[in-house]
Amino acid sequence: MKKLLLTGLLSMTLMGGVGLLQAAPDLEANTPVITAIKTSMQTRHAQLQSYYGSGAIGLTQDGYIAVKDASAVPLSQRGGLAGLVKDENSDRARLYKEIAAANGHPEWQGEIQSTFAGRWIDKAQAGWFYQKEGAWVKK
Amino acid sequence: MRRRQIEFGKTWLVIAGLLAVVALPACVTINIYFPAAAAEKAADKIIDEVWQLKQEQEGAQNPPAAAPTTTTP
Repeated sequence: MKKLLLTGLLSMTLMGGVGLLQAAPDLEANTPVITAIKTSMQTRHAQLQSYYGSGAIGLTQDGYIAVKDASAVPLSQRGGLAGLVKDENSDRARLYKEIAAANGHPEWQGEIQSTFAGRWIDKAQAGWFYQKEGAWVKK
Repeated sequence: MRRRQIEFGKTWLVIAGLLAVVALPACVTINIYFPAAAAEKAADKIIDEVWQLKQEQEGAQNPPAAAPTTTTP
């Protein structure tokens, strides 16, 4: 009886250990939906890149982009720029949501979004603008 | 003597039961925590792809090969 209990305890400890080992896997980010969003964002980036550089747009604190200075863009291009920003943000929102869903935790969406928010800014090129405590800062 | 053995067995049962109560929710909780490090890794990979950062870096890391230098005595 005692032996049985000890064996039980030992196996529980082992299971706990295995649980800990499995606690740090990679996040699933390779579903067809996520790949499609990435491709769409990659294509759009070719158009957005010069706007980041001129300070017309910048990275927000919450993982999106926003028009920072529309006057940096000729009047004729402003409508197009607004559309690009809107499309980019809807792709980003979908990206954060899909990563959370792909990992079986829709409730992680907010945390994934804030993780991205920090990483976009960290990886931004020098001269690009980002929001910090509500103000625009040049990197 | 036999009675004591039974009591001893009971104590173990109580300990095992308590452990199970404590350990099982702990196992479940582990997977509910947000994996911040894994999320950063995934974010970095996606940003590199969207902004095509890795390709630029690779290009920069592979400058044209310098002419081979031969040292002749």
